[in-house]
Amino acid sequence: MKKKNESLKNTGLFLAFAGPAVFAFLAVVIIPFLYGFYLTFTSWDGLSKSKPFVGLANYAAVFRDTGFWHALGLTLVYVVVCVVLVNVVAFLLALLVTGKLRGKNFFRAGFFVPNLIGGIVLGYIWQFIFKTILVYIGKNAGIGFLSKSMLSSPVPAFIALVIVTVWQLSGYMMLIYIAGLTSVSADLREAAKIDGCTESQVTRHIVVPLMRSSFTICLFLTITRCFMVYDLNLALTEGGPFGSTVMAAMYVYDKAFVTKAYGQGQTEAVILFLFTAIIAVSQAVINKRKEVEA
Amino acid sequence: MSERNVESGKIKPFIRTLVAIVLFLFYMFPFFMIVLNSFKDKRDITKLPLSFGGKKGMTIDNYITAFERMDFLNVFKNSFIVTGVSVCLIILFSSMCAYIFVRKAWKINQLLFLLMLFSMVIPFQVVMIPLISIYGGVFKVLNHRATLIFMHLGFSVSMAVFMYHGFIKGSIPLALEEAAHIDGAGPFRTYFEIVFPLLKPTTATLVILYALSLWNDYLLPSLILTDKKLYTLPVAMALFQGTYSNQMDLLLAGLVMSVIPIIILYVALQKYIIAGVVAGAVKS
Repeated sequence: MKKKNESLKNTGLFLAFAGPAVFAFLAVVIIPFLYGFYLTFTSWDGLSKSKPFVGLANYAAVFRDTGFWHALGLTLVYVVVCVVLVNVVAFLLALLVTGKLRGKNFFRAGFFVPNLIGGIVLGYIWQFIFKTILVYIGKNAGIGFLSKSMLSSPVPAFIALVIVTVWQLSGYMMLIYIAGLTSVSADLREAAKIDGCTESQVTRHIVVPLMRSSFTICLFLTITRCFMVYDLNLALTEGGPFGSTVMAAMYVYDKAFVTKAYGQGQTEAVILFLFTAIIAVSQAVINKRKEVEA
Repeated sequence: MSERNVESGKIKPFIRTLVAIVLFLFYMFPFFMIVLNSFKDKRDITKLPLSFGGKKGMTIDNYITAFERMDFLNVFKNSFIVTGVSVCLIILFSSMCAYIFVRKAWKINQLLFLLMLFSMVIPFQVVMIPLISIYGGVFKVLNHRATLIFMHLGFSVSMAVFMYHGFIKGSIPLALEEAAHIDGAGPFRTYFEIVFPLLKPTTATLVILYALSLWNDYLLPSLILTDKKLYTLPVAMALFQGTYSNQMDLLLAGLVMSVIPIIILYVALQKYIIAGVVAGAVKS
């Protein structure tokens, strides 16, 4: 009797404390996630009541869907270029603002500003820069490639996306690198300098190996963010010109909500997810192994 | 050798400062340009985008018109309600959940915690389509603010629970709670009067992280809300851009207005925001 009372009390305690959070979590993340796998075996147009079971037809369709593979390939190029540039720029910014510099905090705060604003608004702001400001400068200064909007041809439009991404994310990653750089103790740096290392040698041989975990975090964050880019893609180029800058997330969105092929869209979303997860996780595992401690 | 001399000389700090200023100007350039042009007449924007004022001088008419046509006050209110309520619920329910997960080593708690950890790698795009087909197709509850808030809660709990979990486990001594228990306080009183106030550092981090990300969120609200009266800022901005794509004057004023609330908040709470963002990134 006492035991039964106890378990009843525990159930009550569980429901009161964990109930709301767990319910929302299951209802919004886990159930749709599992249901999503089921959806990949059905065909649904988003309107009709029935969702006919089609077996592996969606997977076969995805296989033949060259548009999807093109978008995924483009996303991959975008991810590689952005991840490299964002992290290089962010690391250099971090070095810049952790060294001897007046008004460090002011600069730090400034470089971070682009991160405060969502991709939609940033995309529109840069659209104005690319379409009006740069074209005006290009025409007046006689810079040929700028005198026409970068967003009106495929390769420059892609470069524009990269520029805005680097501009946006580098300040964020900079903060993480700053945290890493300042965590390396002054004693260690001092010791290396006494042994005859120059400033740049200290950075390269002492500081960088010790802050490898910052690199792991930054790479993970940039990889996952860039793979899933949507807002910026939509606001800056809308996938144009002529659909040349449609990234994977936008392709999936259009497949489901514009073409109304929900089953196939979901199948592509799952493939995109597996792709991202494998790359992001293996990066983290490889980097973790190389981490050293002071 | 000469390289080292330059490095240690007086030139280096000067170059450093110069580089920092140039980069800073580059980072601020887009914001500067939209603010500058948002006060100009439509024709001046295309003809003289770099000048202060145009042939017609400066005007705030753009702001007045954009404010009305965007229904800015209402849109701002919507964003404020959705973000505010969501953040409060995330804080309340996640901290309670993490607390019971840490203090009671029940099987179900361990299982759910693992599930939450795993779920943190799931991007929104993977659950987006099933989410709409369940809540739109089966339950038909789209286009309600409450639905959006509920979903923000669901998507945010795993990381919030994870962060509270780490903090409670590491820095909240059990002795305090035992003392409260002996004094006759029940689990709720113990939690709200003793434990929750001690969670402040994590709470501050999470409030900042989620206030920013929910305020800026576009994809989820754009899928859930179809009634213009319920639109949040990013969704309204997207509609505004679509409607007035030829009216740069209005568009720029609209953009400046959507940026300003965040900038004001940032200037006021800069230190906390930066600390919060770093803590959030490093812990997850």
